[in-house]
Amino acid sequence: MSSRGLSRWFDRKGWAALLVGAPYLWLVVFFLLPFLIVIAMSVATKTPTAPPYSIGGEHPWINLGSFGRVLTDSLYLRAFLTSVFNALVAAILCLLVGYPMALGLTRVSKSWRNILLMLVILPFWTSFLLRVYAWMGLMGKSSWFNGLLTDTWNLLVPIDWAVKSVPMMNTNFAVVLVMVYTYLPFMILPLYASLERLDPTLDEAAMDLGSRPSQVFRDVTLPQSIPGIIAGGMLVFIPAAGELVIPTLVGNASQPMIGRLISDEFSQARDWPMAAAIAVALLVLMVVPTMIYSHYQARAEGTK
Amino acid sequence: MKRRPTFLITVLCFGFAFFYIPILSMIVYSFNASRLATVWGGFSTKWYVSLLSNQNVIEALLLSLKIALVSATVATILGTMAGIALARFSRFRGRILFSGLVIAPLVMPEVITGISSLIFFILLADWVGWPGSRGFATITLAHITFSMVFVTTIVQARMQQSDRAIEEAAMDLGSRPWQVLFDITLPVISPAILSGWLLAFTISLDDVVITQFTTGPGSTTLPLLIWSKVKLGVTPDINALATLMVLFVGAGVLVAGIIMNRADRRRLADERLAYRTNG
Repeated sequence: MSSRGLSRWFDRKGWAALLVGAPYLWLVVFFLLPFLIVIAMSVATKTPTAPPYSIGGEHPWINLGSFGRVLTDSLYLRAFLTSVFNALVAAILCLLVGYPMALGLTRVSKSWRNILLMLVILPFWTSFLLRVYAWMGLMGKSSWFNGLLTDTWNLLVPIDWAVKSVPMMNTNFAVVLVMVYTYLPFMILPLYASLERLDPTLDEAAMDLGSRPSQVFRDVTLPQSIPGIIAGGMLVFIPAAGELVIPTLVGNASQPMIGRLISDEFSQARDWPMAAAIAVALLVLMVVPTMIYSHYQARAEGTK
Repeated sequence: MKRRPTFLITVLCFGFAFFYIPILSMIVYSFNASRLATVWGGFSTKWYVSLLSNQNVIEALLLSLKIALVSATVATILGTMAGIALARFSRFRGRILFSGLVIAPLVMPEVITGISSLIFFILLADWVGWPGSRGFATITLAHITFSMVFVTTIVQARMQQSDRAIEEAAMDLGSRPWQVLFDITLPVISPAILSGWLLAFTISLDDVVITQFTTGPGSTTLPLLIWSKVKLGVTPDINALATLMVLFVGAGVLVAGIIMNRADRRRLADERLAYRTNG
């Protein structure tokens, strides 16, 4: 091919191929391939060698033993339940706190709105690990915050129920609280985006027709923000269910979440097939919420 | 008749208190003289002094910055390419798989991404003899992979808003596609590329889970150093470190926000001026 032909080929097709090809190839090699290896690993057999597995070596080629344990061993089932429960409660609490905040953001003046939006996003840019850590400081037995809660509690309840300090660290409660804290921006931002688009004249029309403000909210605002609610809920639920950092730092070690189990099976028990099987099971569990999310996300964008 | 939304304003106030009280408390306690991290024992800056003279912290910070700089830059190039491709080419072979691959790392739990990268690197070392030991290179590769899709999301969204007519006009006037890309498309989406880079940079600088799996002996990033310390509890020097990081990132985001805001306003003013002089 002459250099002119080459340059014409590049103009017509080559540049597009490069634009698609480079990131495509990267993701196939560094994301898809490792992922397929994990799936293959989940049906491998654990061996005491290094690396600690054998795959397709001898009969049976496919070992479903790890999946069998995921489905029958109560340790794994409990971990799945704990994860789903914590993530679900966190998502609901985020909704209850985030919805009025997002609605409030649409009602303040334009200049205030930009500042407040910035303040919602700002913690998101600062270190996730340090935001979890900040709560460790607050929840500890001797902290001022725990002291405040303890005093309030002791003031309100009969003297027999008085406590020295509120047990917060290393509980499921702490996990959910910190999840709400770290994932709340994920709920507020999509909710704000969907509420901001609503037509205020609809509210006024409903008011003029005699609706009370609570009825306007129930009949007009709420139904129109459902795509935002679902999108925000999934954005909280999906990462929360697979969370590793929060349960490790503030959670209860005897009630592990699924992310912790995967990490322990892999690094401590050195049972790679088992870790891979739990990972695959977690992903299967995530498929449904992810599909719901992308469905409503597409709808939320479609109504623009 | 416009009622002030008292309830909503109250919730907003409580919400922002919830966001910022833990961070403020951490900042205040970083100036605590007492060794007990949660009991106040007078004002002191000694934790800052001991922090800044701690060689491990400085080394970890430098490694983190090096990884974040390299990975954010490569991730921005690859992510921008993918974002432009997805927004402009509505049909190509394997588009469905490609758009799935661009979303999957966003929803994949980090533990799984971490473990699959580690297994991949171990097997790769078995098959081709590289990487011999894990560290800077493996961490950077893993960071590029999972931060590039964030850049893609931002760029793709920006591309969908931008006006194709200008690109088509340039084509009609005889520009080659490659020139159109560099002279028109990239300058138009440059704010999105900049935010993508910043996001990729902070994601890399902040990551614990994936780094933990892809690191090797001797390569401790700042989050890994913090992670190994905070697993043991609250300490005053981590409070000081956290304060510096929060203030640094906060100031950075504020400055970036102001610059972008101003650039946006200048662009709007320019456009208005252009319309007025032409019309």
